[in-house]
Amino acid sequence: MTSPEPEIVVEEPTAPADSSPPVVSTRTVEIAVSVLLLALAALLGFDNWRTGISWEADGPQAGYFPFYLAVILAAASLYGLATALVTGAGAATTFVTLDQFRRVLQVFVPTLLFCVLTQWLGLYVASFLLIAGFMWIVGRIALWKSLLTAFLFALVMFVTFDVAFDVIMPKGPLEAAFGY
Amino acid sequence: MEAFGLLLHGFSVLLTWKVLAVMMVGLVLGVFVGVLPGLGGPNGVAILLPLTFTMDPTSAIVMLSCIYWGALFGGAITSILFNIPGEAWSVATTFDGYPMAQQGKAAEALTAAFTSSFIGSLVAVLLITFLAPGIAAFALRFGPPEFFAVYFLTFCSFVGLGREDKHKTIISMTLGLLLAGVGMDTVSGTLRMTFGFNELLRGINFLVAVIGLFGISEILLTMEERLALRGHAASISLRVVLKVWKELPRYWATLLRSSAIGCWLGITPGGAIAASFMGYNLAKRFSRDKESFGRGRIEGVFAPETAAHASGTSALLPMLALGIPGSGTAAILLGGLMVWGLNPGPLLFVEHKDFVWGLIASMYLGNVVGLVLVLTTVPVFAAILRVPFAAIAPMIVVSCAIGAYAIQNAIFDIWLMLGFGVVGYVFKKVGIPLAPFTLALVLGNRAEDAFRLSMIGAEGDLTVFWSNGLVGSITTLALILLFWPLIGRLFDHAGRRWRATTAGGSRAA
Repeated sequence: MTSPEPEIVVEEPTAPADSSPPVVSTRTVEIAVSVLLLALAALLGFDNWRTGISWEADGPQAGYFPFYLAVILAAASLYGLATALVTGAGAATTFVTLDQFRRVLQVFVPTLLFCVLTQWLGLYVASFLLIAGFMWIVGRIALWKSLLTAFLFALVMFVTFDVAFDVIMPKGPLEAAFGY
Repeated sequence: MEAFGLLLHGFSVLLTWKVLAVMMVGLVLGVFVGVLPGLGGPNGVAILLPLTFTMDPTSAIVMLSCIYWGALFGGAITSILFNIPGEAWSVATTFDGYPMAQQGKAAEALTAAFTSSFIGSLVAVLLITFLAPGIAAFALRFGPPEFFAVYFLTFCSFVGLGREDKHKTIISMTLGLLLAGVGMDTVSGTLRMTFGFNELLRGINFLVAVIGLFGISEILLTMEERLALRGHAASISLRVVLKVWKELPRYWATLLRSSAIGCWLGITPGGAIAASFMGYNLAKRFSRDKESFGRGRIEGVFAPETAAHASGTSALLPMLALGIPGSGTAAILLGGLMVWGLNPGPLLFVEHKDFVWGLIASMYLGNVVGLVLVLTTVPVFAAILRVPFAAIAPMIVVSCAIGAYAIQNAIFDIWLMLGFGVVGYVFKKVGIPLAPFTLALVLGNRAEDAFRLSMIGAEGDLTVFWSNGLVGSITTLALILLFWPLIGRLFDHAGRRWRATTAGGSRAA
């Protein structure tokens, strides 16, 4: 078994470059996350305070627990905010580089469109469009391969879930035309 | 030997063609997600969960746990052949596994990894078989205060013992508990935190959150990385397998030590990651030839793999016996149990004997079948890595969406999943751990119910949590663990002062 074995090599021409400029530092994101969590804690805390946070004879009211959890969440977020602001920790580390951010959006935006389309066209048509589009445009795979893969995948999903297992997915005009 | 009889009964539940077929499908899918970049145990189980919705509970849980075993096996393939740990707990496997592959000993390394995974799991399953019924029987005497104390202990140990920044663990946990409270309050029937949205009346479904947090966010994270890879193709011949197995008895100490570490860390929320590193480091420390570690030593593959799998498997023990998951994946399995209307916890052993023992029997059988499967099909799975990620990513997105929608037939859940995907991406990148969030979301309601039921029973008297020796010691232990970092520092401080004074005293004398 000492003979050199065949190698598997997968190249990726569109990989994010290491030299890509940073978009935002980890510190900035941490501050933003802390502020958002603080706002969420305030909102939830207020709502629970309205529900009732007192301690009655038979134990706490419905809002008691969530209210104090919101207080703890606020305190922890404040601590995080303060450390990020005072010590400047994470200022030097990059949260995401431009190349990376572009690639993340390349997945995120199609996924968002997919969710929107699912509401109008049904899940199967939307998934066909997502897979075919993504493979062709982002993956630069031949169009016929993309279309075929997407069609087969959507078909297999449809047969598995809607036909074989009776797990009903949202459907649109195309399925309606076929009587589903 | 009551357990033994019940186990045999479990095997009889299991040995039908349907369940065996489900098992094979689960294992293959599991190895598949384990090999794919950026996917692994928890993601795989979360994404494939909807496949099981229409099965009977036993087939479903067998399939899910087999996906889990498969994913654990699959992680080792990429670590050894490509130096890419599919999971954090496979990192230690790359230390010696990849050098072995470079020396042309990939087949030996893979055999060692699979075999030791098998041994680790087997030890943990034996532990579950003989310990879980006892613990469950003991826990049957628990009332609401005891249960709350155990939940409290789980939460506290995450905060006190976790290695992340404390405030980040607390953020993650409180956020999970808060989101668990959204919707109808089960004790009083009041609506909480719904802000008038009808969609929020149902509450935030645990599985929807998990699919977003682990599935979608993982796709976003994977896209950031360079996906080019270079590795070794390998096939395993029977000769190599037998050769490695013949050497196995020589490493009994390493295997035993790693299994023990894994079982212990799996039951306590330490996790498989810590277990694999600890197993590796201890094997190195006890070895006579420390220098050879990291250069392709077979023991360096045995040690972390055994520990990681023992830990991953024994994490199911507290889940089955007490209803408390010991790991993220166990939490997802727990969420799955709830979908089928099964209430995890000690009552499961009484009310659903078939189910519990079928599951335990499937752990034995799944591991044996899994071992044979991966040993024979490694080349096929290694070739999966040639499939371009641009084809796999949208398919995973679609699978996630199907899963999220199928749980409650709600389009709103698809949006919720997307939201959680973004949250998971950001949280992972700023170092807010997701495990406490998952755990809090799945246990939140049960913990609150237990607390308020004990308050109703005790007429609002908090001392009920110290009302007897058992509940009192659990509560006290929980508080100690919560403040452990502070207590530890105090001890250090006192120790240093004591040493300083004694040192000063001896100098004076």
